[in-house]
Amino acid sequence: MNPIVVSILDRTIAAGTPLLLGTLGEIVAERSGVLNLGVEGMMSVGAVGAFMVAMNTGSPWLGLIAAVAAGAALSLLHAFASVTLKVNQVVSGLALAMLGLGVSGLLGKPYMGRPQQAQLPIVKIPGLVDIPYLGTILFDKDPLFYIAVILGVLLWFLLAKTRWGVRVRSVGENPAAAAVQGVSVPGVRYLCTLAGGALAGMGGGYLSLVYSRSWTDGMTGGRGWIVIALTIFALWNPLRAFLGAFLFGGIFVLQYMLQPLGIPPNLLGAMPYIATLLVLVAGGLRRDSRHQNAPAALGEPFSRGER
Amino acid sequence: MSLRIHVLPRYRAPRGFPLLVLAGSIAAGLIAVGIVFAASGVNPFYALYKIFAGSFGSRYGLGETLTKAIPLILIGSGLALAFRGKFWNIGAEGQLLAGATAATWIGLNVRLPGIFLIALMFVSGFAAGAAWGALLALLKGRFGVNEVISSLMLNYIAYELITLLITGPWKGATQQGFPYTDDFSAAASLWQLPGTRIHVVTLGLALASAGILFLLLRSTRFGYELRVMGENPEAARYAGINFLGVSVLMMAVSGGVAGLAGVGEVAAIHHHLSYPMAISSGYGFTGIIVAWLAKLNPLAAIASGLFYAGILVGGDAIQVSLGLPAATVQVFNGMLLVFLICGDFFLHNRIEVRT
Amino acid sequence: MKKIERLEMSGISKSFGVVAANRDVTLAIGEGEVLGLLGENGAGKTTLMNILYGLYAADSGEIRINGRAVHLSSPRDAIRAGIGMVHQHFMLVQNHTVAENVVLADEEAPFLHPAARVVEKLTTFSRRYGLSIDPARRVWQLSAGEQQKVEIVKALLQGADLLILDEPTSVLTPSEAGELFAVIRRMSEEGHSVIFISHKLEEVLQVCTRIAVLRRGRLEGIADPAKVNRRDLARMMVGREVLFSLERRAMPAGGPVLEVSDLVVPGDRGLEAVKGVSLTVRANEILGIAGVSGNGQRELVEAITGLRRSTRGLVRLEGKDITNQSARVIGAMGMSHVPEERMRFAVVPNLFVYENAVLKQQRNRLFSRVLFLDYEAIRGRAKEIVQTYNVAAPSINEPLKNLSGGNIQKLILGREISGEHSLLVAAHPTYGLDVGATEYIRGLLLALREKGKGVLLVSEDLEEIFELADRIAVMFGGRIVGVVDREAAKVEQVGMWMAGART
Repeated sequence: MNPIVVSILDRTIAAGTPLLLGTLGEIVAERSGVLNLGVEGMMSVGAVGAFMVAMNTGSPWLGLIAAVAAGAALSLLHAFASVTLKVNQVVSGLALAMLGLGVSGLLGKPYMGRPQQAQLPIVKIPGLVDIPYLGTILFDKDPLFYIAVILGVLLWFLLAKTRWGVRVRSVGENPAAAAVQGVSVPGVRYLCTLAGGALAGMGGGYLSLVYSRSWTDGMTGGRGWIVIALTIFALWNPLRAFLGAFLFGGIFVLQYMLQPLGIPPNLLGAMPYIATLLVLVAGGLRRDSRHQNAPAALGEPFSRGER
Repeated sequence: MSLRIHVLPRYRAPRGFPLLVLAGSIAAGLIAVGIVFAASGVNPFYALYKIFAGSFGSRYGLGETLTKAIPLILIGSGLALAFRGKFWNIGAEGQLLAGATAATWIGLNVRLPGIFLIALMFVSGFAAGAAWGALLALLKGRFGVNEVISSLMLNYIAYELITLLITGPWKGATQQGFPYTDDFSAAASLWQLPGTRIHVVTLGLALASAGILFLLLRSTRFGYELRVMGENPEAARYAGINFLGVSVLMMAVSGGVAGLAGVGEVAAIHHHLSYPMAISSGYGFTGIIVAWLAKLNPLAAIASGLFYAGILVGGDAIQVSLGLPAATVQVFNGMLLVFLICGDFFLHNRIEVRT
Repeated sequence: MKKIERLEMSGISKSFGVVAANRDVTLAIGEGEVLGLLGENGAGKTTLMNILYGLYAADSGEIRINGRAVHLSSPRDAIRAGIGMVHQHFMLVQNHTVAENVVLADEEAPFLHPAARVVEKLTTFSRRYGLSIDPARRVWQLSAGEQQKVEIVKALLQGADLLILDEPTSVLTPSEAGELFAVIRRMSEEGHSVIFISHKLEEVLQVCTRIAVLRRGRLEGIADPAKVNRRDLARMMVGREVLFSLERRAMPAGGPVLEVSDLVVPGDRGLEAVKGVSLTVRANEILGIAGVSGNGQRELVEAITGLRRSTRGLVRLEGKDITNQSARVIGAMGMSHVPEERMRFAVVPNLFVYENAVLKQQRNRLFSRVLFLDYEAIRGRAKEIVQTYNVAAPSINEPLKNLSGGNIQKLILGREISGEHSLLVAAHPTYGLDVGATEYIRGLLLALREKGKGVLLVSEDLEEIFELADRIAVMFGGRIVGVVDREAAKVEQVGMWMAGART
């Protein structure tokens, strides 16, 4: 295989990993019925948190933990507003996205332009890495990629094949039915929203620890919004999230590949956003599958009523 | 003896209660910001005093506040309209920029006497913003595309396209290599109140828009249908309301007034088209809070726009004097919005503590 | 040995704010008994049972099982105590399979691959009680009767000795109701006790061993079905003599007002919901469409009123072709529509009463000129409706959601029949209303008929159809399977048509 192709695939995976993490998280949150529009903010605080902690402690792993914690903390606010206070989930998510972007800009100021010294080790999976071509692409990567893949499969299994999954999905489809059976709707929704924030944070951490190894204000570049579109594209199925995430990873890579062809760089820069629009439009053309797959109670606050 | 906290729905709010809740939310936001200041080593009371002194306490400050209020009132009232129809238009940045772009082209390429040129610039700016906004309504109506995502995507696309223009075909010959268009001629520039940057024509348009949008919402068939659509879309269907028609018109208006703001910014403040984020200055996002503060009432956007402009101006002032980074404003934006929507919780619920 | 040999509720009281839903109610039920809980809408039956099922906490009173006081603070507690409940609006996840819904309910379902293990349990139970369901089907694919069976099996699987059924026959055909009664008798023979909530007098007399009547939150009395008749029960329920038949004049049918020919209408999921329906409604006539929900009635009404596209066929109003016109145009041409699920479709709860009073008519020349609304005219019409139709509203400037269900329906009807119109399409118009409002609205429909209008009435309530309709048509599976004049109509035959048997 052409080394250029290998390089493209390699970078596609790198670009797609944060999208995959974010999408998996959003799928979990939305499956429980909570619409989390704050992903951009959570990715951002994850990125800055990871960078700061890694820089100051020298440990990329601590940085990763910080990323997860930061994303989860921001999503805790969203869970509180959406599940306990039952406010408008759209506006709450937007507010947290703004807050997250602002806070990360604030905290990250002193770190701008400084190169990240701490690095996550590359893990070569023995045996598998020797497969010709595929070996270097898939099995010679940073640990977050493996975590993302394992999480993706695990989440699919949990949602589709376990009792826990039935409960979560029931909360997202018909919370009243779940509540009557003794399932704690707020509990499930808090858990899933936090998981969503944690994964978004992890995705952000990937950006500042692996993808670009630096911090810039606004480095998430709209990926959080793309994640929300990818969730729809994935039809809320973690396995399909792989498809969308790496497809868009490819688009990000394509941006750089096409540069030498003389296409204006800004048009290339607009590609991911135009692609997102196209993906959403295409999804809208298949009317019934969209209706059947979105969790029926998505975005609607649930109250048990007076006792 | 155990305390149990009951959350019960509130059916009737006493008069003035909504205003009280609003004041409470703002106060909570200011307290939170105060904490941020304190954490940065700044005396919060001093900082807050400086903010309000800076924006309302001097002639210069007042002028700046009014100047910044112009785009905020325009966008705030436009967003109030869209949000009443439950159309989450997050694309005011792009709509503003569309207007700015159209005005730039007209301003630089069309030869007309001053008044007509300005008029044409505003008309084209409105039209461009309207188109950029109506597109979102079409995408949602025809393809079910989530408007939050599409409006944000159009923002990003607008940023890229404009950067493309100013670094390429529209790059000004007179700008010594900077990515700006040529400067506007005097005919294409808006008249400003001497001693200030207040571009009076746009201010008038802003006040008029707030009033017109308010009337639209309250007294016209279109406004009625928009409100029904927002409050209960299924009843709107039953009532034979044309979703696509109403939402396209609504977004055209919402985008159009944002476009007007863009014309004002480019023809009075910057005098040329340059980096999109510098032109829009985040007004498209700040406008969301202005709209929410106004409780989605376009007329009230005048007051909330002025208030928020004061915060921005004051914020600029202390940024310089206290060295706080620009992101502070975004943090405040986010926090205030969070407090505002949490405040809404108290409007619709009441808390009873029973033993 | 049953978990529940005897259950007592003593002195139960429950208030929501100033509304007293239950006042000092005392009931008892023993093994094998079928206790009917009768009362109008709003009498407190569902509240009482929700307390028993742990969904609500009583303000005072206690519950005893086998002599010992129990504290039921959640449905889980009630389930563990042996109480099961089938709600009127099923608590099922439509998009999931039957098996997944049972998994949700089953505390003993395994963590991994729970659906597979649950299937075995399901088949055993189905056989024992005569309820057969396919565990792999998705709930939205099941008919209402089948969904109800799932709910019953769920409750039994959880070990319910006492089963509470809330208005179970509201979604069943007469023959399905018969099947349900057989199931109830089977359960009673096995020692289960059943509480049967209903407002339908005939059924309660038919299936219950004792009848408790609630009125305005209080227990009015306990009746022996062998010793009372409908009138006695109705008097207990309402507190006064209830007219069972409204004044009805013979009216010769006039010219056709609505003509539907070979209408084909697609449903939500792409399949045809209406498969070639033809019908005619004449002036001075009420055409009643009977049939269990889900057989195409909703789609038929939506197609006629302009809310759904039909793919074939014609609809004519007073001779003019209105096929696939918009709802507003059809409304302006003289068709009024009182839809089912009124809160969802016919009003905007957050807007004021006067704003709701002109919904769909906002472009009418009476209420708007060019662009602007004439609020004086609108308020005038609102006041007119409120006065003429006895809508109890403190003011027309109130948010509509502050009104009660019955008054909202009166407002809707008043709005629809106030203008110029020739046809009223009414879907389930008295659903969920108390006897007083129901009587009033049925009277309004008959009055329309006498004024030369045509009425297309869609209702699941056979009693209502028989009371009001001049001709009765039955819908099953998207088709009209039978039409009969009211004099010739018999419940058994109509019931068979509703169940799909063609004669």
